[in-house]
Parts: sequence; C-alpha cells; structure tokens
Amino acid sequence: MKFLIEYIGTIFKSLGSLWNGMRLTLYYFFHPKEIHTQQYPDNRDTLTLGERFRGEVVMPHDENNEHKCTGCTSCELACPNGTIKILYKNVVDETTGKKKKAIDEFVYHLGMCTFCNLCIIACPTDAIKMSHDFEHSTFDRKSLTKILNKPGSKLMKGVE
Amino acid sequence: MIDKEEIEDLTQAHEEDFILNVGPQHPSTHGVLRLKIKLQGETVTHIEPHLGYIHRSIEKMCEASSYRNFIYLTSRMDYLSAHMNNQACAMVVEKGLQLEIPKRAKVIRILMSELTRLASHQLWWACTGLDLGATTPFFVGFRDREVILDIFDETCGSRLTMDYNVPGGIMFDIHPNFQKNVHAFLKGFKKNLPEYHQLLTGNVIFQNRTKGVGYLSPEDTISFGCSGPTARGSGVSCDIRKWQPYDGYEDVQFNEVLETAGDCYARYLVRMREMEESVKIIEQLIDNIPEGDFQAKTKAVLKLPKGEFYSRVETARGELGVYLVSDGTSKPYRMKFRSPNFSNLSALREIAVGGKIGDLVANMAMLDLVIPDIDR
Repeated sequence: MKFLIEYIGTIFKSLGSLWNGMRLTLYYFFHPKEIHTQQYPDNRDTLTLGERFRGEVVMPHDENNEHKCTGCTSCELACPNGTIKILYKNVVDETTGKKKKAIDEFVYHLGMCTFCNLCIIACPTDAIKMSHDFEHSTFDRKSLTKILNKPGSKLMKGVE
Repeated sequence: MIDKEEIEDLTQAHEEDFILNVGPQHPSTHGVLRLKIKLQGETVTHIEPHLGYIHRSIEKMCEASSYRNFIYLTSRMDYLSAHMNNQACAMVVEKGLQLEIPKRAKVIRILMSELTRLASHQLWWACTGLDLGATTPFFVGFRDREVILDIFDETCGSRLTMDYNVPGGIMFDIHPNFQKNVHAFLKGFKKNLPEYHQLLTGNVIFQNRTKGVGYLSPEDTISFGCSGPTARGSGVSCDIRKWQPYDGYEDVQFNEVLETAGDCYARYLVRMREMEESVKIIEQLIDNIPEGDFQAKTKAVLKLPKGEFYSRVETARGELGVYLVSDGTSKPYRMKFRSPNFSNLSALREIAVGGKIGDLVANMAMLDLVIPDIDR
C-alpha cells in the first residue's frame, strides 16, 4: 500500500515538474513579441551592424580617384595568412621629375582572410578599412581575389 | 553498476561484445569526435576516443608566425572561450617582454572574459537540454547568448572569434555604448536565470538522468588532470583565478564554486552557479573601469629574450596553459598548449564505463567538450 502511494505520488510530482517547464514554453508561444529571432534575408534593408563590424577589407577612394596607400607593406607583414600582396610600379613625380615607387595593384585574397583586423591596425596612413559587406558567397572562386585600388587611381597628396 | 575488476575482463575479447562507433558525425559529440565503444547488452564496458579529425597543427603554425600574429590562431582552438585563449597568449608574450599593461586594459580583459564565460555556459546549458531531449532550453539559452554576442560585435568587431587582445593590452577602446549595453544585459539575464532552473534544473526527467550518473572521484580527477567545472564538481579546488590570479582577478570579490557529489548533476550545478559568480564579477567592475590608456606602447617588431615562458588562465572549461620557448628571434621556437578539454576527455572512460549507453550522452554533455581544442 505504501509503495502504491509513493508510486502515484511520483507520477503527480513528475507531471507537476513537466507542467512547470511547459508553462514557460506556452508563455512564449502566446507572447511571440518577446522572442528575439531576426528574420534575416527579409530584414536586409533594416539590418544594422556595429561600426567596427569586420566584413571585408576595402580601400576608400575620394572623388578625385585618390587613395592613401603608400605601399609600405605594413599590412602585408602583419597579415598572418598572406592574404595581402602589394605589387609595385615606377611613376614619375610631376613636380621633381624623379622616378618614384608607387603601388600598382593591391591584391587581396578574400578566400584566405580570417578577418582578424591586424592589417587595419597596422596601417600607418589609415588607407584600408573593414566594410560592412558580409555576404561573400560566390559561384566562382576567382572572384574572391580582388584588386582594391581602382584603375587609374593614385596616391593622395600630402600622404607620406 | 559492475565493479572495476569485471570491467577489466570485459575489455578483452568476448563473444557477446558489440562494438559501436559514435561519431565522428554524431550530434551529441558536439564536433568530430569518434568514440569506439564496447558494449555488453546496454552496459558500456570500454571506450576509446579517436582524435585527429580536425587536426590543424596550430602549435606548428604558431612557430611560423610572429608574436603578434599567432594570437589570432588560438581563438580557433576553444572557440567558445576565444577571448581567454587570446588572453593567455597575450600574457605569455607580455611576460617575455616584461611589459606591464595599463589598468584599464586589465579591467576590460576581465570583463570580456567573464562575458565570454557567460556566453559559453549559456551555450552549454542550451545544448545540454537538447542532448537530453528538451528543445526549449536551446532557444532560451541562445536568446540570452545573443545579447552578449551583440555586445562583442559592437566593441570587438566580431561575434565569436574576437581577436580583441594584442600584446600590450587590447585592440581598441571599448565602445561608448558598452557599459549601457552590459547593464541592460545583466538586468535581463538576472530576470531570466530563474527560468533556466524552472525549465531544466527542477525537471524530474533531467534529475533522473543526471543524479548519481557518471561518478568521478576526487582522486581520479587529480590523476587525470581534469580542471574547470569538471574537477570542481568532484570537490577539487582548482580555479586559476583564485590560486594564481592574473590580470587583476586578485582585486575582485567572488567565490570559487565547489560541489562534492562528483556526478553529472554536480557538474551541472557548478556551471549554473558559476554564471552567478560571473555576473557578480561583471557588476563589480562595469562601473569602475579606470581611465587611461588601453594599450601599452610596444615596438613594431616584437622580439622575446631567450628563455621559456609559461602563462595559465581559467577558460570556461578549465585551465589553459601556454608554454613558449624563445630563441631570441621574432618567432617562437616552440609553442605548447595545455588544453583543458584534452585532460577532461581522458576522464571519460572513468566516468562512462560501467554505466548504460543512454547515460553516455549525459556524461558527454556534462564534460562540455569542444573538439577543436582537443585536436588543435
């Protein structure tokens, strides 16, 4: 008899503890506004990201098609994976007429980048920064190798 | 339970033995861990973990990269406590350079590591519920973790592998909204923590599956080198934050959580109470962040003097030790990581052998394994 009472008692205790948990589940079922899920592809227009968000490395250009990269290779040395490669060309300085080294192509392999931000903090002239683009998927692997300086661009005046 | 001598016999070949492979792609192993299990009926008689499915040779890669670069690699080991891994590596370089980092950087480091610990424990709690057959905890745990990840996103720039530590301090100053957001999180989390207990801790099914399951004695804990909540569940005091305070943990008031039962439920309770302690630490520091620099001045190329350096931190899973041998150049000569998960996994045989196959999932969940940290 004592065993039977204990057995039935356990059943009711179990049902009580189950109800305890299910009550919370049902509460959220009837209060969908307290759920935090973001409906991602639908909310693209209203999506806000932090200002320090690390999307991909970009090189900002001003309206005269000028950038700030002097080609000092600080970023190339700081990168742990060899993501960045800077190729040079010789240009003639307009005022002095001397030959000078300048960047030809700033090659950036997005596929190898781990978004660690070390190149950005290594840059002495703030020539590169992280953009907020994060949808990197593509059908062709070749499109992941990017040249960051625009064609015909040159070094901004006053940046050494 | 069958006694130990009988187990030894069963590890030999037996006519009725059944060999079962759990993993490498099994949801309850939380990664690519393969367990070779010998069964007799439903009783587990032998377990052999097979590693190497996610080996990336991080130690060797560290030897090829400079003292600034290797830190980012270590956040890929135990990705759920990425900040603490980075902190240990930054600390070992600072030890070599004999660099004193600013007070502000220390406090922000502690705040970030306690937030990481909270996020890690919340994810563990969520996945434990899912492993043991409850679906709602998964969503409740991830809901609170999301708030922390948004704080990381705003201040550090990324959510999981933050790479916020650099030798000499931290990468950027905190975001202006940081304190406000942390306060909002603490307020919400304190309100939500009773929900955690309501959903899972008091549940009869959960208690039946964890109480008295997977006993690990304090002697075995020490001999296997377990650390973190796994060891503290067996009553072994091993919190590095108490025993060897680093980065200003000596100035913070908190208790080391200890349980003596040694079973799965004790390990569960340790982690739940550790969350409360983390909240306590954050509350003490969040309004008292000292003013000043967030980074000490360092040279462009770091060179450590010849010698050996060691630093240890308490990650969410236990003690992480970083051992560095320098030959005086700009790259480490040898790196060695003593990862908490590897030692905790070695105790799995002691925990699970003799129990039932159904309890294996509970045992695995309460060890809170992160497989990339085991393999490295």
